[in-house]
Amino acid sequence: MNGHNIATIYAKELRDTVRDRRAMISMIVIPTVVMPLLIFGFAKTAFVIVSKAKEEIPRIMVIGGSDSPGVMAELEKSGKFKVETASKDWRSLISDKRVRAAVEIPDGFERALGEGSAPAITLYDYQGELKSGLAAERLDGFFSELRRRTTARLLAAKGLPASIARPFEVNQTNVAPPEKVGGNFLGGIIPYFIIFLCLTGAMYPAMDLTAGEKERGTMETLLCSPASRTDIVIGKFLMVLTGSLSAVMFSLISLGGTLVAFGSAFAPAGAAAKAAARGAAMPTIDFLGIFGLLAMVAPVAVLFSAILFSVSLFARSSKEAQSYIMPLTFAVIIPCIMGMLPGIELNYRLALVPVLNISLVCKEMLSGVWHWGYIAVIFGSTALYAAAALAVAVRLFRREDVIFRT
Amino acid sequence: MIEARSLTKVFSDRTKGEIRGADSVSFRVQPGSIYGLLGANGAGKTTTLRLLATILKPTSGTAIVAGFDVVRDPDRVRKNVGFLATSTALYARLTAREMIAYFGRLNGLAEPALRARIQTLADELEMHEFLDRRIDKLSTGMKQKTSIARTLVHDPQVMIFDEPTLGLDVMAARSIIRFVRECRSRGKTVIYSTHVMGEAEKLCDVIGVIHGGALRAEGTLAELRARTGETDLEECFVRIIQPEVPG
Repeated sequence: MNGHNIATIYAKELRDTVRDRRAMISMIVIPTVVMPLLIFGFAKTAFVIVSKAKEEIPRIMVIGGSDSPGVMAELEKSGKFKVETASKDWRSLISDKRVRAAVEIPDGFERALGEGSAPAITLYDYQGELKSGLAAERLDGFFSELRRRTTARLLAAKGLPASIARPFEVNQTNVAPPEKVGGNFLGGIIPYFIIFLCLTGAMYPAMDLTAGEKERGTMETLLCSPASRTDIVIGKFLMVLTGSLSAVMFSLISLGGTLVAFGSAFAPAGAAAKAAARGAAMPTIDFLGIFGLLAMVAPVAVLFSAILFSVSLFARSSKEAQSYIMPLTFAVIIPCIMGMLPGIELNYRLALVPVLNISLVCKEMLSGVWHWGYIAVIFGSTALYAAAALAVAVRLFRREDVIFRT
Repeated sequence: MIEARSLTKVFSDRTKGEIRGADSVSFRVQPGSIYGLLGANGAGKTTTLRLLATILKPTSGTAIVAGFDVVRDPDRVRKNVGFLATSTALYARLTAREMIAYFGRLNGLAEPALRARIQTLADELEMHEFLDRRIDKLSTGMKQKTSIARTLVHDPQVMIFDEPTLGLDVMAARSIIRFVRECRSRGKTVIYSTHVMGEAEKLCDVIGVIHGGALRAEGTLAELRARTGETDLEECFVRIIQPEVPG
């Protein structure tokens, strides 16, 4: 290996790539734009939608209830619902989202309630529809409160304390730091995007520097120079890696900038927790987690760059390289999505699964949780896979049937 | 000097089986002379030249180029060789100066020497007007000059030309021919492949006829005429590669 030749090749590839608009789009523009879009186009929108849905007073229909005027009056008086008597097509009205939910009050409900043995109330909602679910939840709260008051009244009439029906309370307290609350949400999706950008950043330079050069005839020109095949492959590989890492760097800078600029990210812990408890605030992430993410993504970038380099090198043309890279994209997306699924916990076996391991550990790091044992195993195994992939790339570059496969 | 010693290159093809791109090719080219490798498309010219330029590794045999063995010392061989072919393209997004400098650096030229060398080449090839223009904005002639400067930047002893005029217009082809002659007059060892009889006739001191990967005949134009009994080089060529076909 000749350091001077490697540096010369890398410098030339860098200059060449910087002048290529398409490469700049994949390495800088998309990574910079995607994070603000992700946070404000997706996360913020989701929060706005939920907040608005919670603010809405749902239109509900009551089936029956004509002989329960007290309950009906209380429903209307609560101010939580726009109450209407059910029409015949109440089911289709719920399906059409013109009515959020319906409640069936059986005949003689109020009378039976006075005696302490009322029949069941039935709630109807459209499962999976946010506003319908919230309306049903609110109705459930209303009738639960009615049940509590009825129980208390009946017990008082018999001279018994209300606590007899509820001898103890169950309290639930969140011990996760405020950033963990956000980490569960953003922490799941951010590694997915970072890993994906790590791949897409390397994609274009990998194709251009290998299959693209074969296609344009510049590969043979370079092979005429005294630079050895190893020098050439390392110089070019470093450029592909630069593409991958710059995509990650720009997306992380953009992410940090977006979160700092728009406030809630690094807000005081108490404020964030209160905001999170209200359920309407932007989630937060651990600032150090961003650096951790960057460190963990570095060997992944080497792995992706080496794989993309080898695959593209094998192709006759950029088009052929694209068709090879497409399935590779899915091979990255699937473990990333698996990492986002709730309930998948990091363990030593999963720590050896490439991509999925990074996705899981980054989720933890962004939540402020640092499992050093797993981090070491993941970093080590990914670095090992990356070294193997790079060795394959060097080997392939020495094969005449690959280099001259045109 | 170039000395090919039983150079053989076997390619394996899934459908066609083994293909002998170069089959025990031996010849010698002296400094200050042009050796023409004449052959039809697919005859083995490019394979032979790629073996000499160490872009390909021989299956067996070897060659000594500028005093270095192509098998044992390929990096040094490339340091002493200038290779120009239609397949050796230029980087479109670099300027002509950057392209020449890139290959100068890869050939180990120090920066002051490189700057002086680029200046000399730009003077000789009249490149100043477009030296700092991007290659994708250059005309075919300008690109040709840039390619020539790229092959000459390290002042190699041996020049290898693989059908360098293929696809060029008359004027661009003439400038290449002139450049090849200049290489000879500067004492460089030149090997020139072509399938154009006129070019071989005009340029080459010795002609080697290659067919099916093997060197079928070799000699000066006069020797080839005497051997085949034909006066026209094209007829000589046909006689050599298809001796059974009546003229």
